[in-house]
Amino acid sequence: MRLLVNKIFLVLSVLSAMIGLAFLAWILITLFIKGLGSFHFKLFLNDLIDGGLRNLIVGQFILAGLAAFIGIPLGMAAGIYIQEYGRGKYANLIRDLSDIMMSAPSIVIGAFVYAVIVVPTGGTSGFAGAIALAIMMIPVVINTTDNMLSLVPRELREAGIALGASKYRVILDIVIKAAKVGIMTGILLAFARIIGETAPLLFTSETSNYFSLDLTESFPSLTVSIYDLANEPEESSRDLAWAASFILTLLVLVINLTGRFFTRNKD
Amino acid sequence: MNIMHLKKFSFTYPGVEHPSVRSITLPIVKNKITALIGPSGCGKSTLLRSMNRIHDVYPGNKYDGKIELLDTKSGKKNNILEIQKENELIKLRQQVGMIFQKPTPFPMSIFDNVAYGLKIAGLKNKSELADRVEQALKDGALWKEVHDRLGKSAMGLSGGQQQRLCIARAVAVKPEVLLFDEPTSALDPISTGAIEELLVELKKDISIAIVTHNMQQASRISDYTAFMYLGDLVEYDKTETIFLNPAEKKTEDYITGRFG
Amino acid sequence: MEKIFQKLSLASATLVFVILLGIFFTLFNSSKLAIDEFGFDFITNPDWNKEVVIDSSSIIENESDEIIDEDEILFDEDDEEAETSTIYGGLVPIVGTLLTTLIALTFALPIAMGIAVFLAEIAPQNISHVVGVAIELLAAIPSIIFGMWGLYYFAPIVADIVGGYQVSLLTAGLVLGVMILPFMAAITRDSMNTTPGVLKESAYALGATKFEVIKDIIFPYSRTGIIGSIILALGRALGETMAVAFLIGSIFVLPTAINSPTISIPVAMANNFGEASGVGESALFYLALILFIISFAVISIAKFYFLKKAN
Repeated sequence: MRLLVNKIFLVLSVLSAMIGLAFLAWILITLFIKGLGSFHFKLFLNDLIDGGLRNLIVGQFILAGLAAFIGIPLGMAAGIYIQEYGRGKYANLIRDLSDIMMSAPSIVIGAFVYAVIVVPTGGTSGFAGAIALAIMMIPVVINTTDNMLSLVPRELREAGIALGASKYRVILDIVIKAAKVGIMTGILLAFARIIGETAPLLFTSETSNYFSLDLTESFPSLTVSIYDLANEPEESSRDLAWAASFILTLLVLVINLTGRFFTRNKD
Repeated sequence: MNIMHLKKFSFTYPGVEHPSVRSITLPIVKNKITALIGPSGCGKSTLLRSMNRIHDVYPGNKYDGKIELLDTKSGKKNNILEIQKENELIKLRQQVGMIFQKPTPFPMSIFDNVAYGLKIAGLKNKSELADRVEQALKDGALWKEVHDRLGKSAMGLSGGQQQRLCIARAVAVKPEVLLFDEPTSALDPISTGAIEELLVELKKDISIAIVTHNMQQASRISDYTAFMYLGDLVEYDKTETIFLNPAEKKTEDYITGRFG
Repeated sequence: MEKIFQKLSLASATLVFVILLGIFFTLFNSSKLAIDEFGFDFITNPDWNKEVVIDSSSIIENESDEIIDEDEILFDEDDEEAETSTIYGGLVPIVGTLLTTLIALTFALPIAMGIAVFLAEIAPQNISHVVGVAIELLAAIPSIIFGMWGLYYFAPIVADIVGGYQVSLLTAGLVLGVMILPFMAAITRDSMNTTPGVLKESAYALGATKFEVIKDIIFPYSRTGIIGSIILALGRALGETMAVAFLIGSIFVLPTAINSPTISIPVAMANNFGEASGVGESALFYLALILFIISFAVISIAKFYFLKKAN
């Protein structure tokens, strides 16, 4: 009897794993079929106004790139503070707050940036969108920096100090270098996450049908446009939304897997 | 002549009520090897780590008494416990180096590891750096094994080689004193032997203090030995005396293995 | 140089604090208008964007609790335009948010636990690794993709089975469940892996089956971590926008059945923020504030009570 229960349980567990994988496969296959179905090279040559995705893809990269440009140094510096300089209560408080921010609703961040940037500056802008993405990225970078630095053995730091290096030299030359691979992976995963975000951009940078490098205006976004296109009645819009979804997912998964590839080598 | 002299030195860890090391008076003789021995928890590592003030990395501890370091140029004796400024602490560590129990190669090339202390001290001239690195590696008995792969990562070296690299790295800045905190306890017997030989060579130019839980090692290589127990210095004398004719019963009990 | 570096890193760390406070402050500030106007009744009032007449004694027709067409103008006895004001009540999106999350949790929990058990205890090392990465890839898929797939492929099937609308509380909740599934599975697996090997081995040595070891040793040992993962997943699900936006129907009507369309807070914000102004916009901020507070509370509970990490 016990063995029967055991067997049933094991079967259920394997079944759950298969369900999980099935969902993944279902989504990927759907994207593949619908996406490839509407795929043609003009997508990369035309902007949305001409039925292509060029401006959206470039725009999304620019937004995420700018967010990373702002978020990575700030996140790493804060992570360094918590792990290397922090002294008890304040450092722990920041660590906890950052952890909480990691799971905070992205649309609320969008509303926040709307109120503090879009309203005073009189309109949506690429800057606002990038900042919203940066706010989302910072806690993730803090978390990964903090964790990776904590794995570096303390003797390594002491050895640097014992040679007469000042603390910041030890951190930059030795500790960060030792944690380099883990931090890079964490940053890549964070980048993959924000490049797929929609909600924070909805009312901060919106999107645009035209190719634009002007961050002071509404800025083209792949994710926001997918939402718009999916809501349009025309079949062609829907098809374009699928093609865009396919490209977006491909992008996110490639960046994600690249990040994991780095740490795999270390083992 | 004493290169360092601890006088009634006590050390209390942060947040702890009683000192871990109590009123120790101990000379470190120039160009000799002084061994610190004693059972686990006796305070020997704590004492050693006070001598380059590495404890200061973890703020909140309390020092009492004096630790004098002889300035060989001026002949003055400076109390290193009085040092407050960051740049003077840095100078102290350039004069009093440290090797740890676990080999600690930096994540860089072999060359960069050895050159590190020199670079942060401000040495930029490439050929001079190369000369100093070569000399340090020779002093550290590692040159022959690595001279053709100085650009390779230090992480690829074996445990014994890594520890010799750490020694070469410390020696490169030409310190007066080198502190060794159980440097061979993580190594195999052959590497241990190589490093013990190295220490005996090094003492010609550098004064050495070594913490070891291996009594045979202390009797093999040291000139003077200090036996510590529960934070106190029980006995200090020439090594032969400590091992063949100790004055204190406790010392004798430890040496003969009556307690570990 | 050392001092500069130290100060810079401290400043960056403080930025986190500042941003969090800033969010609270800003939300509060921007919702003040709505808070002053509607107070706590906002939470229990199901009427959104409804015009009501202030002075009800003088209108000819239309009861004041009918939903009035925006363009319709009321006239009172003296044939003057009746004074109306628009009221907003957040009950529907609040209920929608809570119910979709509940459905998501109910759906995801058993599957996530099953996956975690599979990864931690049943699968051999290499399979566990590969499947683990696959599950994490599921987590990496952007939420808008879940929305697309959910609307065009998943929802029709659900609607076929259960009947009713394709866009509803149910379909939104289920897709939300698929989204939080990998997250819950990963944290639960990590919790389970903290069980000391010797504990498991002692149980096996007594002749216990795998199921018994999991049930009697591993689950109790990692219980707090597991509960923490559930609550944390809950916290994340509360704030999910895009997938739910595709699937919930986006109408301000309380659901009468599990498969009726309704709305959630993030979706209400996503759909209406663009055109809102004045009290309407403030009401949206009020909703945002409520969501933020609830999320913050739930996530904090998960973190501090259940997921204490020995750092």
